[in-house]
Amino acid sequence: MSTATIDNKPVVPEEIKSFTVTLIIRRFNPEVDDEPHWQDFDVQLYPTDRVLDALHKIKWEQDGSLTFRRSCAHGICGSDAMRINGRNRLACKTLMKDLDVTKPIYVEAIKGLPLEKDLIVDMEPFFASFKAIQPFMMNSVKPEKGKERIQTVAQRARFDDTTKCILCAACTSSCPVFWTDGQYFGPAAIVNAHRFIFDSRDDGAQVRLDILNDKEGVWRCRTTFNCTDACPRGIQVTQAIAEVKQAIMRGKA
Amino acid sequence: MTSTIEAPRSPYTRSTKKSGVNWEKWGWIYMRVSGVVLVVLIFGHLFVNLMIGEGVSALNFAFVAGKLTNPFWMVWDVIMLWLALIHGGNGMRTLVNDYATSRISRGILKVAILVSVVALITLGTLVVFTFDPCPAGAPADLVASFCKSL
Repeated sequence: MSTATIDNKPVVPEEIKSFTVTLIIRRFNPEVDDEPHWQDFDVQLYPTDRVLDALHKIKWEQDGSLTFRRSCAHGICGSDAMRINGRNRLACKTLMKDLDVTKPIYVEAIKGLPLEKDLIVDMEPFFASFKAIQPFMMNSVKPEKGKERIQTVAQRARFDDTTKCILCAACTSSCPVFWTDGQYFGPAAIVNAHRFIFDSRDDGAQVRLDILNDKEGVWRCRTTFNCTDACPRGIQVTQAIAEVKQAIMRGKA
Repeated sequence: MTSTIEAPRSPYTRSTKKSGVNWEKWGWIYMRVSGVVLVVLIFGHLFVNLMIGEGVSALNFAFVAGKLTNPFWMVWDVIMLWLALIHGGNGMRTLVNDYATSRISRGILKVAILVSVVALITLGTLVVFTFDPCPAGAPADLVASFCKSL
């Protein structure tokens, strides 16, 4: 019979190697520069580090003037959407191990919105479209006193996907129609309209369908799927837009 | 008891630019519908011209002339001509809307598209309906077989 022996050797965890990554960042300081320019930084990182960690290391250790937005740093606040190697991603959700670190990583601000400084854009036009689709519950009927508005599981599931939006603008700023036509509502606004149009508790579907039936509304969508690819929450954005188109054709949600 | 009149369901700001027919919507629907019909018409056209019978080697003036005297193929070709040109023209228009930055270049390009679509539709329709399959003095081996009986 064998007896359990205590292994006296301390367990040494396998050392995780760090490596040097080159980040090429599109810098723009409106007080000094006429044009944005690319600047490269070398950072020592682990595979589990994110692009946001790399940006922090640069800002804290190399160049304090690097400017970018981030709040929660965990993929919920939607502040740090940026174009990483040509694709719109959240810096806080893009891991080094998922990128090809043998090549430099290109980081720039999202496109289609006015560049303010380094990785920061003016989000006002984006939020203006969001406001235009009236993103709040409209209901003229009051629930019974002391009761809530009842909804079945299926009714809730109908618009579940589009409730996940964090308004990071990754989808809208990846849309080629939006790049040239700022009047287009953009995927994010349509996604948030979808969230209310298909909510059984909401009475304002017709209002929003009218708004999106506009010249600059859903009909400008070319179904290029850039938005679906860009969404950090995995929302099926193009499908949501298609469902809004269908709803407009039917005349009801 | 007083009755309240509800505010209009659409916001006021858009009422000025709203004008009757929603062309973007109908353009979009047209693209979907004509696309489905064109798949049938174009692949049918290719199948009949290139695969049935002798295949591609059968194509010559006589073959086309023979088809254009058949009312079935005349209707087929005219529908295909109109649907395809308007489909293509509308597609080009949306591209111009997406990528032409200045108002002037957009206008010029869209007028050019409109002119070429109208010209091609007019010419094509004229050809289909006024086509002479047996031009006078043409050698007999180049025209359709039924020309001999004329």
